[in-house]
Amino acid sequence: MNKKDIYLCRCENFTLEDLHNLLDSGITSMEEIKRISRCTMGPCQGKTCKELIAKEVAAYLKKDISTVDLPTYRAPIKPVKLGEIAGGDKNA
Amino acid sequence: MRKTADVVVIGGGSIGCSVAYNLAKKGFKNIVLLEEKYLTSGSTGRCGAGIRQMWGTEMNCLISRGSAEIFKVLGEETGYGDIEFRQSGYLLTTYDSVQTERLRKNLEIQHKLGINSHMITPKEAKEMVPFVNADGMDAAFFCQEDGHINPFKTTLAFAKGAEDLGVEINRYTKVTAIKSEGRKITSVVTDKGEIATDTVVNAVGPWAKYIGKMLGLSHPVEPERHQILVTEPLEGMMGPMVMSFAHDSYIQQVPHGGFIMGYGNPNEPKRINFNHGWDFLEEMAKKAVFQLPVLKDVRVVRQWAGHYGISPDGQPILGPIPEFDGYYLALGCGKGFMLSPMIGKLIAEKMAGEQTSLPIESLSIERFAKGELIVETGVV
Repeated sequence: MNKKDIYLCRCENFTLEDLHNLLDSGITSMEEIKRISRCTMGPCQGKTCKELIAKEVAAYLKKDISTVDLPTYRAPIKPVKLGEIAGGDKNA
Repeated sequence: MRKTADVVVIGGGSIGCSVAYNLAKKGFKNIVLLEEKYLTSGSTGRCGAGIRQMWGTEMNCLISRGSAEIFKVLGEETGYGDIEFRQSGYLLTTYDSVQTERLRKNLEIQHKLGINSHMITPKEAKEMVPFVNADGMDAAFFCQEDGHINPFKTTLAFAKGAEDLGVEINRYTKVTAIKSEGRKITSVVTDKGEIATDTVVNAVGPWAKYIGKMLGLSHPVEPERHQILVTEPLEGMMGPMVMSFAHDSYIQQVPHGGFIMGYGNPNEPKRINFNHGWDFLEEMAKKAVFQLPVLKDVRVVRQWAGHYGISPDGQPILGPIPEFDGYYLALGCGKGFMLSPMIGKLIAEKMAGEQTSLPIESLSIERFAKGELIVETGVV
């Protein structure tokens, strides 16, 4: 399958080709890849793609996946409306 | 990693990368930049990404104005490409007359320096941002040349410019000691090896003290935690950043579509603290829904924390120090990202022994001992 048709991060339209382009340019830190491409930063917050991308980074670098600098998961885990948060107890 | 360097820059944020780039442009050879994690990992990558010229001191106005000029051309100059500089304006709102008067006074300084800012009525503010809450709004201030810029791309543009000119950038390299003999720096020790050098630039922002301590110095820079959240992306609907001094907060829709908003609590203990809290989320949501009620149906997807590395007067500390030769500071203002182009340029000029484009002697660390502080009250 063509690399440009393989979507790693669906929220931000980030393909395997995009990833390889960044890796080819010498950017091998996944934290930097995230910040340049926005991969893992969409509404799903990396829940579906983060490990997939880390696996591809490790495969490209021929290293173990545990050596990849994996970005942090952050709160809130699921998107929440500002109005619901601002309502506090009223919406409990 | 190189074993010797003419200059070692510590810190891979916007300022460190800007300093390295500007030094290389000045003709300095053999520059090594050290970053403990990845580029932008400290404060730059966590900032609100706003660019502002509407300051209350001449120095801040001049540095930010000069920086905006450099931001305009940086992407092209370094060959990096678009760094997403959008001059869509800052809208500062006030909900009481005392704040209005203070900001109106700042206009006089700004106008003297050629900054195109002006006071507008709540009605005019509503024309700019139709869904802003004008109930009880006293006045607003607007500057079209303020705006947004992508902090990651900007820093990587500086880094690319620097690397193309021969700078060596070492990521995931932690500085563990700085060796000296008398007034002279002799080497920088890292967890990946030692680099012999007689010149060091400290550009680590809120970590200033950690590096200072290695030379037995206490730099007057404290980390002040600020928290930010970002929402899901929406179609572009808000041009300017909305900053309220009544709420000490800022809200901006970035080109990608998400709304970025945040504030800091200056009364927190001063320490490095990357935790983000529910209390921030609730407070910020209240501030946002008050100022821009339409945001109530927009979802938060992520929150995080970062630090302003801030000096006692909120102004940068630039230049050499009295205790050592070849040790320079480029930090301390809590808004280093938006000033990074000029800070890099000024430090490089100073280190090259040239006349600096702005009189940075007043920003020397010695101002604190002399009591000559330049107090900026407009930091949010």
